[in-house]
Amino acid sequence: MIEKKELLNIASLAKLKLSEEDEEKITKKFNLVLNYARMFDELDLENVEPLVNINNLSNVMREDEPMESYDRETLLANAPEKLYGCIKVSKIIE
Amino acid sequence: MNYETIIGLEVHAELSTKTKAFCSCKNEFGGEVNTNCCPICMGYPGALPVLNKKVVEYAVRAGLALNCHISLFSKTDRKNYFYPDLPKAYQISQFDLPLCRDGRIKIEIDGQDKHIGITRIHIEEDAGKLLHGTESEDYSLVDFNRSGVPLIEIVSEPDLRSPLEARLYLEKLKGILEYLEISDCKMQEGSLRCDANISIRPVGQKSFGIKTEIKNMNSMKALQRALEYEEERHRRILSQGGTIIQETRRWDEAKGITVSMRTKEQADDYRNFPEPDLVPIVLDKEWIESIRKDLPELPDDKRKRFVKEFGIPEYDASILTLTKELSNFFEECAKGHKNPKAVSNWVMGEVLRIMKEEDIELKDLNIKPQSLGRLIDLVDEGVLSSTGAKQVFEEMYKTGEEPEVLVDRLGLKQISDEDAIAELVKKVVDENQKTVEDYKRGKTNALGYLVGQCMKASKGKANPQLINKMLRDLLS
Amino acid sequence: MDLFSLTLHEIRDMMRNGEISSKEVLDSVYGRIEAVEDKIEAYLTLTKDYAYEAAESIDKRRLKGEKLGDLAGIPMAVKDNISTKGIKTTCASKMLENYIPPFDAHVFEKLKEAGAILVGKTNLDEFAMGCSTETSAFKITKNPWDLERVPGGSSGGSAAAVAADEAYFAIGSDTGGSMRQPASLCGVIGFKPTYGAISRYGLVAFASSFDQIGTFAKDVEDCAIILNYLYGYDEKDTTSLPIEFGDFKEALNKDIKGMKIGLPKEYYDKGIDGEVKEMILDGVKVLERLGAHVEEISLPYAKYAVPVYYIISSSEASSNLARFDGVRYGYRAKEYKDLEELYVNSRSQGFGSEVKFRIMLGTYSLSSKCYDTHYNRALKVRRLIKQELEEAFVKYDILITPTYPTIASKIGEKSEDLVAMYMSDICTVTANIAGIPAMSIPCGFSKGLPVGMQIMSKAMGEADIIKAAHAFEKNTNYYKNKPTL
Repeated sequence: MIEKKELLNIASLAKLKLSEEDEEKITKKFNLVLNYARMFDELDLENVEPLVNINNLSNVMREDEPMESYDRETLLANAPEKLYGCIKVSKIIE
Repeated sequence: MNYETIIGLEVHAELSTKTKAFCSCKNEFGGEVNTNCCPICMGYPGALPVLNKKVVEYAVRAGLALNCHISLFSKTDRKNYFYPDLPKAYQISQFDLPLCRDGRIKIEIDGQDKHIGITRIHIEEDAGKLLHGTESEDYSLVDFNRSGVPLIEIVSEPDLRSPLEARLYLEKLKGILEYLEISDCKMQEGSLRCDANISIRPVGQKSFGIKTEIKNMNSMKALQRALEYEEERHRRILSQGGTIIQETRRWDEAKGITVSMRTKEQADDYRNFPEPDLVPIVLDKEWIESIRKDLPELPDDKRKRFVKEFGIPEYDASILTLTKELSNFFEECAKGHKNPKAVSNWVMGEVLRIMKEEDIELKDLNIKPQSLGRLIDLVDEGVLSSTGAKQVFEEMYKTGEEPEVLVDRLGLKQISDEDAIAELVKKVVDENQKTVEDYKRGKTNALGYLVGQCMKASKGKANPQLINKMLRDLLS
Repeated sequence: MDLFSLTLHEIRDMMRNGEISSKEVLDSVYGRIEAVEDKIEAYLTLTKDYAYEAAESIDKRRLKGEKLGDLAGIPMAVKDNISTKGIKTTCASKMLENYIPPFDAHVFEKLKEAGAILVGKTNLDEFAMGCSTETSAFKITKNPWDLERVPGGSSGGSAAAVAADEAYFAIGSDTGGSMRQPASLCGVIGFKPTYGAISRYGLVAFASSFDQIGTFAKDVEDCAIILNYLYGYDEKDTTSLPIEFGDFKEALNKDIKGMKIGLPKEYYDKGIDGEVKEMILDGVKVLERLGAHVEEISLPYAKYAVPVYYIISSSEASSNLARFDGVRYGYRAKEYKDLEELYVNSRSQGFGSEVKFRIMLGTYSLSSKCYDTHYNRALKVRRLIKQELEEAFVKYDILITPTYPTIASKIGEKSEDLVAMYMSDICTVTANIAGIPAMSIPCGFSKGLPVGMQIMSKAMGEADIIKAAHAFEKNTNYYKNKPTL
């Protein structure tokens, strides 16, 4: 079971704010999956390597050769807010 | 109580590849904003990364030069966090399987060699840049030209015991990376960045004290000053019975203090996991060996060679080999030169002085090593006095002209013609009989006066050594 | 005879013979869309101007006597999570409502080169997360066989478009069954390739290690033809296989005598509708009559597939969808007072509930507290499942299972029934976990609604699937049934 406090903590990590309705729905689904995941307990996984690389490829790399970059206007065409050829965001104090 | 200081450094060096780490955009500093960008380095949906082979090669080069173990199997991971300069909201980095591990760097402290351990070197991508307007402007702007530029992160063991050691380590590391020609290593431009972890503990205590992380040190001097400040701050707190708060602090160069950066409400959880868009990096031993074979001569070897080959003191050699550029300049100048020690003196003296005063790089110095060599020849041959030579040097820097031309133009040529000087000396002796008597009665400093009179008579152009010798001969 | 109701290869032949022009074919398809789209709502965007321009150019080339490939002049639909340069690609999310990609997905580029004509972009579950197309932020697509029912998902729009003859074929993506399940519910063919066979470049990622682009087709021959154009190495996708797959048409019209078929009993267990099970077993009997050897087998790890799928795919999704932060593209909240609010408000308003759930689950599974117990353990079980399948394929050429435990459900009916919703993934996720190819092929009707049979093979064994599927199709002809609209 996932606790509300934990759920809110996860939401904040994911930069999400949940409505009450969402929270209820999500908690239900969470618990369902976590319940399923408990089935893993019955397996002996000690000597099993995690599987990450699904088709066993390695060393796929490219040469260090420059290509034309994109036109700035094209790349910024989708920007919600822009200024002086840059993406504009809230003021950030570092 | 006596405290011992423990420092570890995390150094980020931007690799000077032609293209970025995961796309074919140019890796260039200072371009117009957002012009070296594409869907990959701007994190567009559906765009996928492809690793630049050169990045791996450069990192392995660094690993070998720093005596690391090179991993035959390594992989990339995603480090997840939100920030406007991080377009995918994750950085492709290496988490548990870095490319290089367990290396070391030798530094010299108080004439003793000391090995500083290197925990790991891994590859990762840089973020974009935030541009902040004036205080009245309520926004920030993001430029993604730097986004995706390849970096290596070099993490040291907590083996450094003082701010000075930290600085020596960083200087040494910077020198090696420059020799390898894999990074520009410009701290001001941010192509070499350094964060430091520092803690102190009572001498004799085994466990580490609570550490703080210091950021934003943009020069070697800043690194040392910031650590000295922080070391003192820890000492003060502990000696007053307080406790150190584990936090990240920012060095404020203008005020000369470290300040706490906003502590986030929750601890960072970067949720590192294997990057599913990239496949593992599997290196073969032969390839690693071929890179090892092609490694250039590194500072320590070069220093030893300079001592042996040019007969210059160990101290000179260590200064001259600090950067690759300087060592090359010296070597070109000293090669085949009759007086390498004089070359060393000139490079360490005038050349470094002018670079510092004018705040320029060696490549911006208008003087060819061969020209400096000939300037030194002129002094050795007595054509030029050492004061005159300094004047010529200054002029060479300003105009780029050759020393011979300048000696003539500035009328600084010394009179070294023995007949001419003999005549001069005879005349001065005749005119200053009283002083001559004084000298003969044992008043040795009278000789200096006579030399001075000779120089005056020659309008400063006579060779003082020659005058000295002739006066003695004449009066003995 | 209506042109729109023909198969791709039939239309291709007519165009090649000069009986009809590409423009006429397009007229027929848009006429069909005009007539039925109001009921089906398969499309999010129609690209009429673009399509007619393309058709005209194909017709000109053909008139000049140019030899054109199979797909030249064929109207197609593309799922709206595949990037199309200059054409909105919304992922059925408010987050990308107005997003126009500056580049083409690799597959779309290939299809354009082959002369296929984009009719429109199809509806999906938001960011391909769901199995009914009901989580779309824009519309609810209906099942052409019963307008009160869902078409399945997430590629519901693509499946429905093909089933309703609104396109000759449609491209979709499959992360846990998103091609095969809607194919099953809409009575068309849905094919998910071997992981890495088709470049993912330009597919808006859901779960990078599961996602594969695939196709919906009206019959097996069409499917083979389309796959020929989609497959191939792409240097822009590091996980792309550097392998030649050959011509899939060669797998058509082959004798299946001696083919070894395994029926994993875990997929015929409780939870599978009786009539559906019956139909699959009837289908298997058809293949047996044609000379295939059929045996029941057991895959004990199969039951762990659903949590493995949910944990890994959500983990990857939480990271893949983090880029939707309101900064460079996509939805940005109108009101925010600082950066934190810009992020939180944009993401909370831009994403729907199902997407939020997956992001949350993934964030949780990857958090330092749960990494070992959840994410990493799921990776380990993933290996066990893959190994078990590899062992099975040493003995069997193909495995046959139901594609989905039931027929299509009523709109709004299942979305709250959580257990049923997750049971629904059980048949399809295994292929994504193991990276193997799988097809859903129509194998009959239950209560007047289509049922699909799933055929899986080992990685790179697509020819075996096509071989079996084609033999089955020739002896059953379920694909000839059409919904009445």
